[in-house]
Parts: sequence; structure tokens; C-alpha cells
Amino acid sequence: MEKIITLEEAVSKINDGMTVMIGGFLGTGSPDLLVDKIIEKGIKNLTVVANDTSFPDQNIGKLVVERNVSKVIVSHIGTNPETGRQMNAGELDVVLVPQGTLAEQVRAGGAGLGGILTPTGLGTIVEEGKEKVVVDGETFILEKPIKADVAIIRASKVDRKGNCVFDKSARNFNPLMAMAAETVIVEADEIVEVGSIDPDRVMTPHIFVSYIVKGAK
Amino acid sequence: MADVKAIIAKRVAMELKDGDLVNLGIGLPTLVANYVPEGIDVTFQSENGFIGMGNAPEPGAEIENLVNAGGQPSTVLPGAAFFDSAMSFAIIRGGHLDCTVLGALQVDEKGNLANWMIPGKKVPGMGGAMDLVTGAKKVIVAMTHTAKGSIKILEECTLPLTAKGQVDLIITEMGVMEVTDKGLVLKEIHPDLSVEDVQTATSAKLIIAPDLKTMCL
Repeated sequence: MEKIITLEEAVSKINDGMTVMIGGFLGTGSPDLLVDKIIEKGIKNLTVVANDTSFPDQNIGKLVVERNVSKVIVSHIGTNPETGRQMNAGELDVVLVPQGTLAEQVRAGGAGLGGILTPTGLGTIVEEGKEKVVVDGETFILEKPIKADVAIIRASKVDRKGNCVFDKSARNFNPLMAMAAETVIVEADEIVEVGSIDPDRVMTPHIFVSYIVKGAK
Repeated sequence: MADVKAIIAKRVAMELKDGDLVNLGIGLPTLVANYVPEGIDVTFQSENGFIGMGNAPEPGAEIENLVNAGGQPSTVLPGAAFFDSAMSFAIIRGGHLDCTVLGALQVDEKGNLANWMIPGKKVPGMGGAMDLVTGAKKVIVAMTHTAKGSIKILEECTLPLTAKGQVDLIITEMGVMEVTDKGLVLKEIHPDLSVEDVQTATSAKLIIAPDLKTMCL
């Protein structure tokens, strides 16, 4: 099965109103070309699941500035003043989630779990409206799994089957999101032949990857 | 008073033990890395996905895909390891992190911490702070004692909490305070200050340690 497609084809998998996971941490490890193409195509009303809304001139930050997004589920918006402005103006729905909880919710979404139990957020506004579960006398918050229609991720090296290797701190949420969406598109800095990545070095196995696009590098 | 930030960072560093895994928050806590005592081997974690963080690189020597949790260029030391966000927070939440050092907007005598939002004004999001404060074995708040004269150490926090009852130690340029069942115990004091000076800058009633020491500057 041929997975390498053009940017144009890749972005045609994303429709108005979809939930899209975007890998990266403050832009590092984010799929820049795919995001730029979403903006160019004018896809609207996206719900974006990501660690943060980056900076106004970078990746997810641009999606917010260009108003392709109606809701974000993230742990941090402090580096993008436009996110805060749209939130305060009632133009953007912002759901703030502790970073470790978000990571596990995404992982749970891809791992077939009904949720996760975490102590993070107990006694804070994070617990409001959520079920609590006592296990052996300890209280936890039940946090539900998160899934998406599409995940767009970034990897440094990808073989033609879709096996991914991430680079340094660009890994972050990428391998988790690759498991949690119906369609997974990886933007690869480098595409290599099958067999040229040592199986021991594969960080995301190819079965999770639907499509591959060549990155800018 | 000499450089306030240096006084705080140096005193925090004295809390670190040989072999500790430590997470430093953005801003003042980052300076702690500069004062780790000779002979103490500390591993620093960056919650975006690695342990073994080194100093910031020289300008021009930035390494692609290697940033800290503030998105700024970083380096790694020999023996470092990269991982995804789920593992990063498994380390934090799972009891594998010896110490976290964070700033505060408010902290109170019950060990409650508020450092992630000011309703209606500034809502940057909690990022990894809630997980760090909930999961780390030891939580140190490192901050200037007051914010331009406004009191930050209270009987009870009024801002939304980051975590409930998790703070162990508060270190400011005025002194060192330990959170105990009975309240805040002033254990060390800046050599130029009186107990009254510190109490005046603090809303919570300070319990004075019988063996109150002078802070080592």
C-alpha cells in the first residue's frame, strides 16, 4: 500500500468541523507544512488537540490567528496572546488540561482504555464536574480518553511503510497522537527505503501511520 | 540586598542531594542549576521529553529539535535520554522525580499553591505544573517574598489552586519556611532582617523555629 501522498492530498482528508490532533511542543516537532496547507485551504471550525497553542507566528499558533479553529484542548496558551484574546472575547473555546493528564488521555484514546485515574488536579478547578474514584483509600480523578478524526504529526525519519523515528525533544506528543486518530498523517523530514531503519530504533510502528508527506527539509 | 534571585537560587540548590532527579520551573527556578554544590550529581528533567539537561547553548550553537520546556534552546549532557510526553509525566507523577522547584503567585500555610491563572486577567494554563506539584517527592517554591510589595505567602490562597497541600518548602530572599501540620515554620532568615521584617511581609502567622538559623548567602 502506497502511503506517500502530496500535501494537497493529505489535507483533503481534513474537513471542516473535524477534531485534529497536532504533535509538537511550542512548535518543536510540529508538522509545519501540513498546518500551512490547512490555512491555505481555509478549513474551518477545527477542534485542535495539542500540548499548547505555540507562538502566534508558528504552527498551531498560526491556525488560531488565522481562525481555522473553534476549540482547543491544550495544557498551555501563555505563549500565544491571540489565544487568550479570542478566549476572553468568547470567540474560541479553550479547554485547559494538565499536561500529564492530556498525554495519558491521548494514550488512553489509542490504547482502548475507558479513561485514566490521576491524582493531578485534586482540590483544584480541574476536578469540577468529573467523577472521582477511590482505589485502596486513595482518591483519583477519572479523566476520559481523547480520540481524533485526524492526527498530523512530525517525524525526522520515516520509511515508506510508515515506521517513524523522532528526533530529540521533537518526539513529545507525536507517538501518542499516532495511536489515537482514525487517520494519521506524518510529515517526514526524510523518507527512506523500507528496511533501512533498524527495527529496534522504530519509535512508532508503521501500522499506526495512514499517510506520509515529505517535509520541507 | 544583594542579587535577590541569586540568593534564592543558591539556597534552593543546597536542598538538592547527590543522585536526585530534579525539575526546575521556568524563570527564577532555572537559575538553581548554576549553584549545584560541588560533588553533588543532579540530573535535570525537561518535561517536554528528556533527562540530562545541560546549560543553554552559546548563541549560534543551538541544536535543532532540542529545546527546554519553555521552548528555548537547550543542551544535553552525556548519559541523557529522550522520551515521549507520556513517559515524561509517568516519571513526574509516578514518584520518580525527587524534587520540583517552581515559582508562585500565592502559596499558603497549608501547602496550597496557586501559580497558573489570575481569573479575568491572565490565563496561561497549567502546562505541566499540576502534575509536577502533585507528583514530585519534594516541592520547593522559589520566589521573591512579595510581588512589588503585595503579599504572596498567605493563610489561604485566593487564586485558583495548582495543587492542594503539596508544597514542602518555601525559599525566598527573606528566609526559608517549611510547611508543617501546625503551619509555616521559619527555619532560616536573611542575616540583615529581623523576624518582624519577615512577618510583616507575610500574611500567614509564622512559627519561629527554636533553632532559627541565618541564611547562608
